[in-house]
Amino acid sequence: MTDDAAFAVLPELTDANRHFWQGGHDGRLVLQRCGGCGLWLHPPVPICPQDRSKNLVHEAVSGRGTVASFTVNHHQWLPGFDPPYVVALVELVEQKELRLTTNVVNCPVDAVEIGQPVRVVFRHIPDPNGDIWLPLFEPDEDAGGES
Amino acid sequence: MPVAKAENLAERHCAITGIGQSDVGRRLGRDPLELTLDACYAAIADAGLEPSDIDGLSTYPGPMAQPKGFTGASATSVIDAMRLDVDWYDSGIETSGQLGSVMKACMAVAAGLCAHVVCFRSVWEGSAQGQGGRASLGPGGGGGGGRMYVGDFQQWTLPFGSAGAPVWIALYAQAHMHRYGVTTEQLAQIALNGRRNAARNDKAIYRDPMSLDDYLASRMITTPLRLFDCDVPCDGATAVVVSRREMAADLAQPPVLVEAMGAAMHDRPSWDQPHDLTRTVGADAGTQMWGRTALTPADVGVAEIYDGFSYLTLLWLEALQLCPPGESGAFIEGGTRIALDGPLPLNTAGGQLSAGRLHGYGFLHEACLQLRGQGAERQVNPWPEVAVVATGGGPTCGCLLLTSAR
Repeated sequence: MTDDAAFAVLPELTDANRHFWQGGHDGRLVLQRCGGCGLWLHPPVPICPQDRSKNLVHEAVSGRGTVASFTVNHHQWLPGFDPPYVVALVELVEQKELRLTTNVVNCPVDAVEIGQPVRVVFRHIPDPNGDIWLPLFEPDEDAGGES
Repeated sequence: MPVAKAENLAERHCAITGIGQSDVGRRLGRDPLELTLDACYAAIADAGLEPSDIDGLSTYPGPMAQPKGFTGASATSVIDAMRLDVDWYDSGIETSGQLGSVMKACMAVAAGLCAHVVCFRSVWEGSAQGQGGRASLGPGGGGGGGRMYVGDFQQWTLPFGSAGAPVWIALYAQAHMHRYGVTTEQLAQIALNGRRNAARNDKAIYRDPMSLDDYLASRMITTPLRLFDCDVPCDGATAVVVSRREMAADLAQPPVLVEAMGAAMHDRPSWDQPHDLTRTVGADAGTQMWGRTALTPADVGVAEIYDGFSYLTLLWLEALQLCPPGESGAFIEGGTRIALDGPLPLNTAGGQLSAGRLHGYGFLHEACLQLRGQGAERQVNPWPEVAVVATGGGPTCGCLLLTSAR
């Protein structure tokens, strides 16, 4: 899809999102979770909407999920994003409707399907403002059953 | 939310008494404020009013630097240019789609703040994007290994090349097609119907006939959306006057009555975190709208439904209960049901796909023309008494039910 040198768009790191964008340094996909009721929260919030707790922690998920929807993009919207590439909504196994917008990689673009099991793979982007590990997903052949 | 008595519904105190539209073109190269004023003065004159009668103003979305050409004029720039003395005014993008601005005008009128509100939507995306078209929209632009940093919602989408509404909506479309088996040929009917109707609209951008083969041959943007599933950026402004209903009878045009409005959003205000990817919050707005009237979906004589991207129209047909959930594809199959001479004429001026991305207000303008019986060669026959207008998509949706005063 792109090589690191040409990469054009990166998240602006803040205290509220650093866990997510740099968790991949240790190979972990880290999301916010309520320390009170255990609800996973994405994007991060300052107060849990379920129990109004401010005890919010950062915790790694398994990195496994399924493709909730996807589109094969054929248009060059941004420099460095050479089509075709797959934009997907991946629902993580930890919680219903806990989704990330991401890319499905390491397979042909026409091999992606709704319901397909996928697992996280990180793309490391060195950057003077702080390195970024983009959580992308690839087909998870080890996942049993579905597909 | 329990529904109030009819006399307590804000919209029942309101009528649309005037409509106006500027020149519309792919790239007019004109001052967008001039286009906006052309539309506003035309709407006021159409109502038989003078600018000095106007005591309120409402617009969507108000001042925005990006995307380029998204806002032709702010509320205050128009108030100043017309030297209006207003008793209420408002603009904003955080509302129930483009029609949110009309709903707020109704509420201001019903609240007794003002009697004649000019509402407008003005765009100059065609000229602003220049010859590069939408490809020039990318916020990066520099290329050559440059870096750009994004926050807020963009940080969760742009780093993955999920670069805007076409991609976000394609994700809904794919999920809906997967669940309900909508076909490419069914989806094509939105674009084909729009093009057919645009032939009867001399302001439309694209009027040449389009065949199914033409549609299928248009390049894929992001599956399942082809180029002809995406509306065409243009320059143009549209305005309406919302008046106190009891003052409408003395004005120049047959009034269009606002029967019910729908503004609800019972889901997360997010393009990628809704509970259900096969619906939009338009379903909440639709339920609310039908809860505020004794009319039913079977009463609708003409439907003017947002087609910024074709799939949004399918989702709206279900949201407005014009067909059962999941059946919009079958509903538009072959295109006869939604044709100008069909039982539910849809997007009679060509919609945004063919007539230009006037961003919601084009549908409102056309609904008023149809209810006034002024649709000329594209007038729906029999003359409709009830029109539904719906604009927006995803988490930003609103709808209005309008009736003729006959």
